[in-house]
Amino acid sequence: MNQFIDWISQPWPWYVAGPLIGLTVPTLLLIGNKTFGISSSLRHVCAICVPAGIPFFKYNWRKEMWNLLFVLGVLVGGFIATNFISNPNDIVIAEQTKADLSAIGITSFSGLMPTEIFDWNNLFTAKGLLFFVFGGFLVGFGTRYAGGCTSGHAIMGISSLQWPSLLATIFFMIGGFVMTHLLMGPLMSWVGF
Amino acid sequence: MITVEKERPVEVCDAPNSQENLEKGLSLLKYMIIGVLFGIVFVKAEIISWFRIQEMFRLQSFHMYGVIGSAIITGIISIQIIKRFGIKTISGEKVNIPNKEFRKGQIIGGFIFGLGWAITGACPGPLFAQIGSGFTVVFVTLLSAIAGTWVYGRFSHKMPN
Repeated sequence: MNQFIDWISQPWPWYVAGPLIGLTVPTLLLIGNKTFGISSSLRHVCAICVPAGIPFFKYNWRKEMWNLLFVLGVLVGGFIATNFISNPNDIVIAEQTKADLSAIGITSFSGLMPTEIFDWNNLFTAKGLLFFVFGGFLVGFGTRYAGGCTSGHAIMGISSLQWPSLLATIFFMIGGFVMTHLLMGPLMSWVGF
Repeated sequence: MITVEKERPVEVCDAPNSQENLEKGLSLLKYMIIGVLFGIVFVKAEIISWFRIQEMFRLQSFHMYGVIGSAIITGIISIQIIKRFGIKTISGEKVNIPNKEFRKGQIIGGFIFGLGWAITGACPGPLFAQIGSGFTVVFVTLLSAIAGTWVYGRFSHKMPN
């Protein structure tokens, strides 16, 4: 048993994780005719909590409760993986990425996330404004405008051979490249790195 | 056979539930269990890591491309099998995959999401897993993403679609 725990505690390679994620598509389809998509959960939260008479939030969200339970499960899964089968070693990322990130002010590379960014102490600072408030807003606004995120478009959409999803995925990547290569450096120095 | 539907009115959400019989109570728990497994994979493959997303956008590691690519290939094969053999859902319904129609939002919204993805190091799924992993401040990011979704809903009729 301990050997098993040690074995699954290592970081999982892409060729294990990718197919497992891909299998979510047929699993959801076959157990309940559900289309895989995560960003929709954000819309359901709006529809339940602050519909404000907006037509976009007037739909039968009770039918979509499964989606909220799914994302709640993702949160619990994150807890289980981190507390019971976490990797005892530091994350291994590409040396070049480390060098590039060091150059824009990141110094800690031990955990899954840079603790100098993802810390409550940054909440009411320019760092918090950029990484939590602004970043989160773009994710929520952009995914809904695009009609899906990495799961709904890149995985579910392309898996069912829908070209609008391929197009959306291409623009997800373009947005990410523009942010990483053109805007990230200036923004990081602006927020005090 | 998979039935393909024409464009749905906007009041039907993306990634909709096509099941005819509404499930209630405990039968919904199975989705939570799948979510738990999914969240574990997210953490164990380090997909929720801000560093991994930086690696991906800097083209310095194959990891994320391998994950997404092999997930898509698995998805394509699975859907083809469901289609070819006419596999039904466990409650005997026809599998339904709604069509995604082209909209300008896939370009503009997609680009905006990409910007946010590189900043937060997370698409919506990993946001939940990051919170569960103890990066509780990401809850603020999640609230902001919900606010972004709301603002889109509020002004969507005024934006190019």
